[in-house]
Amino acid sequence: MTADGVQSSGPGLYPGASRSGRSLWLVALIALLAILCVLSVAVGTRAVAWPDIVAALGGQVDSIGQAAVAVRIPRTLLAVLAGAALGLAGAIMQGVTRNPLADPGILGVNMGASLAVVIGVAWFNIASAQAYIWVAVLGAGASAVFVYTIGSLGRGGATPLKLALAGAATSIAFSSLVIAVVLPRSDIAGGIRSWQIGGVGGATFERIGHVLPFLAVGFAISLLSARKLNSLALGDDLAAGLGERVAVARAVAALGAILLAGATTAICGPIGFVGLVVPHFCRLLAGVDHRWLLPFSALGGACLLTAADVLGRVIARPGELDVGIVTALVGAPFFIWIVRHQRVRDL
Amino acid sequence: MAPSHTLSTIVDNRQRRVHRHRLVVALLLLLLAGVFCLTLSLGQSFTPPGDVLRVLLGEDVAGASFTVGQLRLPRALLSVLAGLSFGLGGVAFQIMLRNPLASPDIIGISSGASAAAVFAIVVLSLSGPIVSIVAVVAGLGVALLVYGLSFTNGVAGTRLILVGIGVSAMLESVIAYLLSQAPAWSLQEAMRWLTGSVNGAQLSQSLPLILGLVVFGALLLSRGRDLEALRLGDDTAAGLGVRVARTRVIVIVAAVGLIASATAVTGPIAFVAFLSGPIAARLIGSNGSLPIPSALIGATLVLVGDYAGQFLLPGRYPVGVITGALGAPYLIFLIVRVNRAGGSL
Repeated sequence: MTADGVQSSGPGLYPGASRSGRSLWLVALIALLAILCVLSVAVGTRAVAWPDIVAALGGQVDSIGQAAVAVRIPRTLLAVLAGAALGLAGAIMQGVTRNPLADPGILGVNMGASLAVVIGVAWFNIASAQAYIWVAVLGAGASAVFVYTIGSLGRGGATPLKLALAGAATSIAFSSLVIAVVLPRSDIAGGIRSWQIGGVGGATFERIGHVLPFLAVGFAISLLSARKLNSLALGDDLAAGLGERVAVARAVAALGAILLAGATTAICGPIGFVGLVVPHFCRLLAGVDHRWLLPFSALGGACLLTAADVLGRVIARPGELDVGIVTALVGAPFFIWIVRHQRVRDL
Repeated sequence: MAPSHTLSTIVDNRQRRVHRHRLVVALLLLLLAGVFCLTLSLGQSFTPPGDVLRVLLGEDVAGASFTVGQLRLPRALLSVLAGLSFGLGGVAFQIMLRNPLASPDIIGISSGASAAAVFAIVVLSLSGPIVSIVAVVAGLGVALLVYGLSFTNGVAGTRLILVGIGVSAMLESVIAYLLSQAPAWSLQEAMRWLTGSVNGAQLSQSLPLILGLVVFGALLLSRGRDLEALRLGDDTAAGLGVRVARTRVIVIVAAVGLIASATAVTGPIAFVAFLSGPIAARLIGSNGSLPIPSALIGATLVLVGDYAGQFLLPGRYPVGVITGALGAPYLIFLIVRVNRAGGSL
């Protein structure tokens, strides 16, 4: 009971909210996201007056202020999309592995995507944005399979701590390899840091357009697998007894998460901890029913990443801080807290 | 089997072990000395060993004094000293926590020292030995934090490592933040604090390292026997008369001191602390004493890694990138092996 992560901390810790309560929270989250979006457009390194912001939103780029705001608009959109994708991917991964520590960052999926892109660019001269994203998704998938295989070797299968350790170690190892691949290639866009720590700066509508189809498919698959994840949460035997094809359900849901994480990493670089923090927080608001939890996690992720991006612009003036740095500072203590409260045996 | 026969077997085995240990240490010393000399005489150009010797003896040799005396010697010396410190400090943690993954570069102690060094340099505008002191203090703080945070009903190995990885992720963010605040942000400097490098080494930099090695290294080696006993488990060690808690504190202070004083100068050279111990264990066998061979291996790794990064590969890499690329597959291999064996490392 205790070792099973999400299950163990299920109904007791996360009281399922009533239907009206959930709807209320949903509205509140949407309102919060709207406020954060306004902030993200209005706040930045350069202070811009409201009339200019409004003019820029109308498509005017005459003054420097208006131009600055025009850059912030796609950036905000990317933060919302990436946050939603990562939050949702985290919720799916926690559901599929039934592991409270699952997150595309911790499980090495983001770093795997990053490494794949870097290798593709440096050694195989990949140039088109489409190819970037395909390679990232493939890398994400390969590293997910890799980490899960390593984590489930030996006695007891994929226990939460074993899986987290395998993922974290893989992530560290990949991160080392990313440096080794990128360092001699000063021409690779963004340099080393952007492939080690993700950010949403430098977003353009064009880049977002490239990644949108992948994200759309990922969102669709993920949201549609909510019911299957509910069955899986009962345990494999019970899920099979209910007529669920367990392996297929897992694979399909995981595919959705991998698409989301891979595509996001392809344009933002690896951003960690969003997928870890958000679903846990959302379980408090929405309960453990995945039909509610998944949309909540997407919204929550969008809020978190947008807020982190605004924060990164404010605290490091006149420079700015990549969101990956902010999310690590916020998310790592949470990770430690969960590790501490995992009442599991040593490996 | 007669008792006397058993006794003689034990004595025999013990002698064989001691013998093997001495042999390995001697070979490692020889290897290190050989590589050291090689890196002094061979670089962009070849300097005859005779000239190298004369430079080392203080003579002024046209053409060689600058390359050998100013460029190669400080670099090689710094590599050796940092490698010794990392190898020794790393293996102490691995032995004490009975887990190769519990090496300081994985559980956040190196990144703590690195973050403190960057903070001291960028924000406080300090330089020289005081940076090392700041790094040592911060390293101790991080060790205490990780240890304290993973303490719920006794320290569990996996939990400690995961807590350390979390702390490490935060500290690396802090480093990235500090570097972004630095007035002159150069890739060279950034790489030093992220993966470690001995670029731009100067002889004066080796002073805090020597000091660290003498003070903390001696402290650690003086506890060698107790540390060996800890390998058997805390209870057994206590049964053998080791004061476990005290030994642990001393070992942590000494190992953190070694790691942090090296990190303050060269940055956290990736995975050297993590790799040296297991390689030493492979060479020595499971029962021999590890600290000294591991220190020698650490020194050789840094020296060879730096040389390879400079001359053997297309393009120039700081040493941390080379050791990082070497350590990464090994890290994964280790996790596979641990999981397969279902427990002890």
